[in-house]
Parts: sequence; structure tokens; C-alpha cells
Amino acid sequence: MEPIRQIRSRTAVLPSPNIDTDQIIPARFLRTTSREGLGKNLFNDWRYDASGAPRADFLLNTPAAAGCQILVGGRNFGCGSSREHAPWALMDYGFRAVISSEIADIFRNNSLKNGLVPVVVDESTAQWLVGHPGVEVTIDIDSTTLELPEGRRVKFPLGSFDRYCLLNGVDELGFLLGKAPAIEAYEARSARLRQRYA
Amino acid sequence: MKTMYQKIWEQHEVVPESADTPAVLYIDRHLIHEVTSPQAFTLLRQRGLPLRRPELTFATIDHSSPTRTEQIFGGAPIAIESAARQIGELERNCAEFGVQLLGLKNPQRGIVHVIGPELGLTLPGCTLVCGDSHTSTHGALGALAFGIGTTEVAHVFATQCLLQRRARTLAIDVSGRLRDGVTAKDLILTIISRIGVAGGTGHVIEYRGSAVAALGMDERMTVCNMSIEAGARAGMIAPDEITYAYLESRERAPKRAAWQEALQYWRSLPSDAGAAFDREASLDGSAVEPMITYGTHPGMAVPVTGSIPENSSDPVFTHALTYMGLTAGQPIANQPIDVVFIGSCTNGRLSDLRSAARLMAGHKIARGVRALVVPGSQQIKKAAEAEGLDRIFRDAGAEWRESGCSMCIGMNGDTVEKGQYSLSTSNRNFEGRQGPGARTLLVSPLTAAASALRGRVTDPRELMGV
Repeated sequence: MEPIRQIRSRTAVLPSPNIDTDQIIPARFLRTTSREGLGKNLFNDWRYDASGAPRADFLLNTPAAAGCQILVGGRNFGCGSSREHAPWALMDYGFRAVISSEIADIFRNNSLKNGLVPVVVDESTAQWLVGHPGVEVTIDIDSTTLELPEGRRVKFPLGSFDRYCLLNGVDELGFLLGKAPAIEAYEARSARLRQRYA
Repeated sequence: MKTMYQKIWEQHEVVPESADTPAVLYIDRHLIHEVTSPQAFTLLRQRGLPLRRPELTFATIDHSSPTRTEQIFGGAPIAIESAARQIGELERNCAEFGVQLLGLKNPQRGIVHVIGPELGLTLPGCTLVCGDSHTSTHGALGALAFGIGTTEVAHVFATQCLLQRRARTLAIDVSGRLRDGVTAKDLILTIISRIGVAGGTGHVIEYRGSAVAALGMDERMTVCNMSIEAGARAGMIAPDEITYAYLESRERAPKRAAWQEALQYWRSLPSDAGAAFDREASLDGSAVEPMITYGTHPGMAVPVTGSIPENSSDPVFTHALTYMGLTAGQPIANQPIDVVFIGSCTNGRLSDLRSAARLMAGHKIARGVRALVVPGSQQIKKAAEAEGLDRIFRDAGAEWRESGCSMCIGMNGDTVEKGQYSLSTSNRNFEGRQGPGARTLLVSPLTAAASALRGRVTDPRELMGV
């Protein structure tokens, strides 16, 4: 994973609450064995009509969304299915962060594993962002702040471990593999208990 | 004084969490399927890593699998090429990495959340994960079970562990007892509509109280299954005599002395009296009505005797009703339907099929309605056939299929047409979930069966004489 310090971009705004991962990437595009190339089907059924033609009124088909790296979504973004294809699709399309007043647990976890930055802000900041689509904002990982136009800064929650991993491009699998001695010790001390799972 | 969640968590701490780092949590059981595992195997291959404990991982094929008998047993090709490829990839991956696979023709194959408990793979007090959000189902046996993403699937493959922060706890106490014609599905739809689709975010829910204790295992699984639809990480129910009776003699459950020893441990699991939860909620189980969703998330639900609420000032609400082709203020009863789906990890178990069959026996489904009955596992299919349930469904005019996720997610081609109304016993009524433009109304198997007979949304109690 590449280290991430700062993301500066205009925002693309999808204000609906409860945008579930079935909308982000519909299930029929999950019959793949790769994590690449999902961006073309991001928000597929909102983005294209039944014949596959782009719907002119959908955000991602408008010039305003071109080049945006930050997606602002309504409350409870990423709810539903645990499919990691959702952050893969968002990143393959070009998004690097999602801002919402609430982000669903599994989606948030999956995003962090891939360097898609989940930014949770208070409801009034979220409403301001929804009301001002396309503004340029800066997400600063080191200070865990979102900088809005005119210098207004809003802190967002990011655990120290998640922050460290993003800033240093730390791969969590490598970190876990480094815990092998502790895992071996656990397996030894719980051997009797765990016989029932063998 | 500890909650059940706390007890199981502490039992599995390899390294406790600190302010700076999450805990390293040991995983006792890892279940995988064809959709969310291929990229995790690729990661192992790229790094040259084996599975740390391959004997703790079990694979099945459910999401992409055909439900037509001839495509599984009859030599006909799997209709969707990408599905066939995905299934083939899982077979190759399991062979290469030494993972036990319940393959397409295996008599124990089924939906991952149905076969875990059915085979005794899911045990009280265990930590169980799967790359699938409905892993919360397994909490019905007093396990700590939750859905993970594909990167975490690779973490469990390589280390048998996950990095986890402790969740908050939410106790939901359901007093009284569900009345006749009211099911576990109606209870969980009521809970979600009360606490909201994000009401459980960051929490593990423990369901308790007399109405929960009175539920059978299949029903408890229905409740825990939909915990994720309230945003919760996991749902749990304390193990009790009903749990032990269900597990005893299951193929993979401990036997003899090991059973006795396990039982002793399991009896220590329930939350201590007076253990503190971060939040508590309660409702009266006796007041729960048969429920139905009318919108595009599982929290948009009303009693089948009720009407769609009026909320015209909310554009999101209006959009949902436009998608559904329904009108604010309209009574939901008598809404015409096109498709009925009975199955899924929510309601595809034997007791679900029995309750649907009880209403359908000797009757025909309404003209123009397509009904699909898909058992949750091959073992359930066999048991249902031994009782003659398949005949009841076929005689009524329904299709009887091989097991799998089928029309819940539509990945195998079992889909609902654009604009059609589908009364479904599954878990998600999201836009397009059952096919692009499909309109899903979530219900219990009883409501699905009653409505299939009349061709319109029907309160099952009208056919049950209660």
C-alpha cells in the first residue's frame, strides 16, 4: 500500500443516505476472480440505463464529477454486503476518500485495508458539504483534519493504528505475520480448549 | 460481571488491544465461498504464503451456484460462464491450499450460514468469520461471528487471526412471547424498523428475554442473520438447552468426553446477571405483528395490516416509493405480487419450509405468480423431500430447486424482472438486489406462502384461522 499523507480534491456528492454496497457495485459484477477493473461498473445501475447508455443526470456522468477524488455520501454510507469489491470499485474509478456523517463498519474496515480513506464528520459539516458540491477540500491524515474552504478545519476520528498504517503504507498482513510468536504461544496455551475445533 | 461478548473476546485475545494497536484475535472457524475468496488466495500466492491452519477453514459453493438440478447433477453446463469460472477457481484454490471443500455435488453443500450450524462447525463460544456480512447468523448458537472483507480473509488464511477493536454492546430484550402467525422474521424486521438500519453500527447485539428464549434454533438464526441489516457487527443469543439439543449428534460437534467438557464451558458463556451493556433496548414480543417492507432498505417496514407511511417532505423516501411503484398512505395488504421467493440464509431452513408448506398444502398458488422454493442446504432439501414438502410445493405450482443463495442475490441467474413485485423471505430489499429494477418486499415464510396463494400481500393469520 502506498503511504498517504494528504488528499486535496474537489468533492463529488451523492447525498442519499444508506447507499449500500449493492448500489456501489451490483452483485452480478462479483462473478470475477480479480480485484481489478471494477471501476467501470461503479454505481452501475444508477450510472447506466438498461441498454448500457450513460444516464445524463447521474453525477458520475456529469463534467462536475470529472477528476474528483473525494466522494461525499449521505449518512450510513457503505451499508449492507461485506463485498470488498465496493472499495475496489471506488478506487479503480479514482476515488481516494469517502466523507459521510456515518460509515458502515465493514465498509470502513475494507476501505482502510485498501487505502481508501473513510472520513466521518458531524452532521452539520456533512450537510454543508452536501449543500456545496464540488468545493475543494483537503484531507490531512497526519492531523486527522478535513480542511474546508476559507480555512475551516474539522477533526475526524481515525484510530492511531489506522492513521499509522495510512501514513506509512503499512500492510496489516505483514504486521500480523510479525505476531507469529504470540500466535504460537496462544495456540499452545489454548490447545486443549481448541481440540474441539480440530 | 461480564457480557457473553466480553467472555468470548477475552478467551480469544492473542494480544490484547492497546491505545495504539488493535487486539490480535484468534479465529476458531473460517468459512469461505467462491465470491469473496479468490482474491485472497491470489494474495497468498503473490506472497508465497500457506494457510496457517488449513484444517480450520471450510469452503462451500453457494452464491454463484446454479439451482437447476440438471446443471449440478445432470451434466448440463452451468448457464453463466463467469459463475462456472468462479466455481472452478474455488475448486482449484482449495485443492492447491489444502482446504476442505463441500463441492457442487456434495450432499452436505449449502449456503455457508446454513451448513455451519447444520454440520456442527459453529459452536458456542467460538470465533467464526466469513467473507460475507450474514455471518452474524452463527451468533444464534452463542458464537462470536462476523463478516469480513477479502483482505481479512487473506489475514485469517495466513495467520488464523484478525486485527480487531472491541465493539460496543447493545442488549435487546424481547419480553412476552410471539403470537401465532408471527415469526422470528417479523421480530427482526420490527427491531430493525425501531432502531434503524444504522442503529447497531459499532455494536454487537445480544438478543435476550422470554420471547427470544422461546425461539427454536432456526428462528434464532433468522434473528441473528439480519443483525447486519441494523448495521451491527454481530448478533448473539446465549446458548441454552435448545442450543445443546440442536448441536448434540451434529457431525462435527464434539463427542463423548469432549462433548461433556465443551458443555461445561458453554454453560459459563451467558452474560452474567447485571453485566453492563453500552446500550439497552426492549420491546414487547407479544405486540409484534407479521411485518413487510415497502421501501428500499430493511428498516422501511410496516405490519401487513398497516399502511405505507406518509413522508412526502423527504425526497429520499419519495424516491424509494417511486422505485417501488407504491403510494404513501396505501394499505400494503392486497398489493398484487408477481414472484414469491422462499429460501436464503435468513429463511431457507427446514422449519421455514415446513411453515410455508403447511399453508400451501392442498392449494394452488395464484395464476400468474411465479414461486421459487430453494432449500438452504442439500441436507435440508433431502429432509424436506423425506417429509413430502417438495410434493406440496410442486403440487401448488411452485418450483423446487437445489440449494444456494439463488434469488436473494441473483448472482446465479435466478432473478426478478424489472418492475416485478417479489415477496421474498430473504434479507435485503435494496434497489436491484434481486435483479435490475426488481421490487422486493421482505416477509416471513408464512406471509410469503399465504400471499403466493392469493397473488397479493396477505396476512397469513387469515389462512391460519388465528
